Amino acid sequence: MTDQRSQAEIVRQSLKRRYRKERRFRAYGIAAIAVALAALVILFADIIGKGYTGFMKTTLTMEVQIDGEMMYLDDATDERQLKMADFVEPLVQALIREIPSATEADRDAVRDLINPYASVTLRDRLKENPEWLNTTRTMTFLAHTDVDVYAKHAGDEAYSIKLSEQQQAWVDQLQEDGVVETSFNDVFFQNGDSRDPSKAGILGAVVGSLLTMFVTLILSFPIGVAAAIYLEEFAPQNKLTDFIEVNINNLAAVPSIIFGLLGLAVFINLFGMPRSVPVVGGLVLTLMTLPTIIISSRAAIKSVPPSIREAAEGIGASKMQVVLHHVLPLAMPGMLTGSIIGMAQALGETAPLLLIGMVAFIVDVPDGFFDSATVLPVQVFLWAGSPELAFIERASAAIMVLLTFLISMNALAIWMRKRLERRW
Amino acid sequence: MNTLNTTVTSEAEMPEENVVPVQEEKPAETVIEEGKTVGRPFSDDAKFKLRNVEVFYGQDRAIKNISLDIARNEVIAFIGPSGCGKSTFLRCLNRMNDSIDICRVKGSLHLDDQDIYDPKRDVVELRARVGMVFQKPNPFPKSIYDNVAYGPRIHGLANRKSDLDDIVENSLRKAGLWEEVKDRLDATATGMSGGQQQRLCIARAIAVSPEVVLMDEPCSALDPIATAKVEELIAELSESYTIVIVTHSMQQAARVSHRTAYFHLGHLVEVNETNKVFTSPEHELTESYITGRFG
Repeated sequence: MTDQRSQAEIVRQSLKRRYRKERRFRAYGIAAIAVALAALVILFADIIGKGYTGFMKTTLTMEVQIDGEMMYLDDATDERQLKMADFVEPLVQALIREIPSATEADRDAVRDLINPYASVTLRDRLKENPEWLNTTRTMTFLAHTDVDVYAKHAGDEAYSIKLSEQQQAWVDQLQEDGVVETSFNDVFFQNGDSRDPSKAGILGAVVGSLLTMFVTLILSFPIGVAAAIYLEEFAPQNKLTDFIEVNINNLAAVPSIIFGLLGLAVFINLFGMPRSVPVVGGLVLTLMTLPTIIISSRAAIKSVPPSIREAAEGIGASKMQVVLHHVLPLAMPGMLTGSIIGMAQALGETAPLLLIGMVAFIVDVPDGFFDSATVLPVQVFLWAGSPELAFIERASAAIMVLLTFLISMNALAIWMRKRLERRW
Repeated sequence: MNTLNTTVTSEAEMPEENVVPVQEEKPAETVIEEGKTVGRPFSDDAKFKLRNVEVFYGQDRAIKNISLDIARNEVIAFIGPSGCGKSTFLRCLNRMNDSIDICRVKGSLHLDDQDIYDPKRDVVELRARVGMVFQKPNPFPKSIYDNVAYGPRIHGLANRKSDLDDIVENSLRKAGLWEEVKDRLDATATGMSGGQQQRLCIARAIAVSPEVVLMDEPCSALDPIATAKVEELIAELSESYTIVIVTHSMQQAARVSHRTAYFHLGHLVEVNETNKVFTSPEHELTESYITGRFG
């Protein structure tokens, strides 16, 4: 009796200790997650805090007298005249009229508030609407990047304001008058890269990324799945397959820049494929993604319960039928998940693409797999290395776009796993 | 099927692991003479003619020189303690051991005078004739209809949808499942109860009209009521099929089988009429086993 009691006492005390241990362990876990989350929050706060202004543009809205005499233009349908005509002067005059304190003598200082591409905008609009010649129109133009920086970051010491004090006073006045406005930066989503930050956009990089990813997907998914099925279902177990397995696992850990060097040496130098094109980028990223897809596909095939194979074999299904009818459908969610994660990795990859020339400055939106292109992470790399701070905020904005893509791909992977996974 | 390689031996013997494995308690003086089986192992009307069968897992000899006939339309039960090789032997009959790389089968195994292990023999055709039901119900994660229709489809037994419908209905009727599932043939099979799943697996096996049905402890995962239904079903099926059943339940062997074969450590010790085995066994090991002294 006493023995039992003392034993119960011992158990009770050890219980306390066990619960304490459990609580401590749980606290470690929570702390670890808190650190990870904090790092994530800081990262996002920093990127969003610095980058949200990248999604804003600064415009000038003014009444422009499209005066043919001033522009040396009397027929807006005549290509030759359009080429020769002066589209800057009407803009300068319009802006001088908006600034009461500015005179004809300040015209150079006023002109520097207008984006160099504004005259191109005016020409294009006039080309579309030749009847506008010799009328007065209210039109909106991009402001000069210096105005853009001043309007968004006045008072921020990180940004150097290049406007003179007189120009700053004008811009302040114009903002009050509603001539200078900041609004959503649609230009950012409609243009390729540019030397002028106000005109620079990510469309070229996004299209380049999509083309590259498409090549990567159509090559790496079938090859990866076929390799996984062969290794898992058909290959004999011997030294050779062990060797292959070791090498596949090894490839998954090879630094991606090595794949870039390989692409440069093989695809470009040996096969003579063009530089900076999505096809070569896709081939290189395929090499990089394949091990990930093969490994995850093999894991998915392995997780198909042997009882299902036995059932099919017991009815007399051939090896191929077992694989096609039973193993593959059951393993598909896992394979797709692995592939999407591999693709997400490839989407964020920069280093190998630098080596095959996708780092070139490309203004046009690529229109094919063999057209020079760049991709989102490389665009970020290019802008982040730029001395102009206006590019830095665009780099942050581009990072946000890239992160949005990555998050949606990973969310898709999770959703598919939840949706398609079978229980038995 | 490389996944099996690492767990080869345990895989083959897994079915028996849920019973306490006590083997060393046999009386020390009992010596089993290899290849010697008491009782009536042979038959005049043999469906399977198995002579000097040996099975190796790598270096291990799992089946030691067994000779046995399985008669047409009989129900024969394999009993014996865990690890005695009954499942391994059963799986030789439709070459389910093929998928295990290190498993080798020696001896002569004939089904209707055709060599089962002839290298030229098509294993797909063999399995269409010798169906199998496993220990754990393993329906495909598809609809009830597709489960039963799968075999006839891959073997091309039905050319028209209506033929296939007939096969499915007949198979489910034979398995005693039709009344329970006729209104939900499109429901997924994994949502059924364990007993229903096992009867579905039997329906799936007989849908390809096999000549032999192998059953590897078909009731070990089922409750008594489901077990009773499956046993009833076995009795009905014995009219048209040859049935080989591995079981751990001696009552089950006594209830459903015509002949009973007792295995011990890879040897086939005794084969006899079922009631003879359970009332007056000839071999002392058989007697020890059925009286519960070990196994």
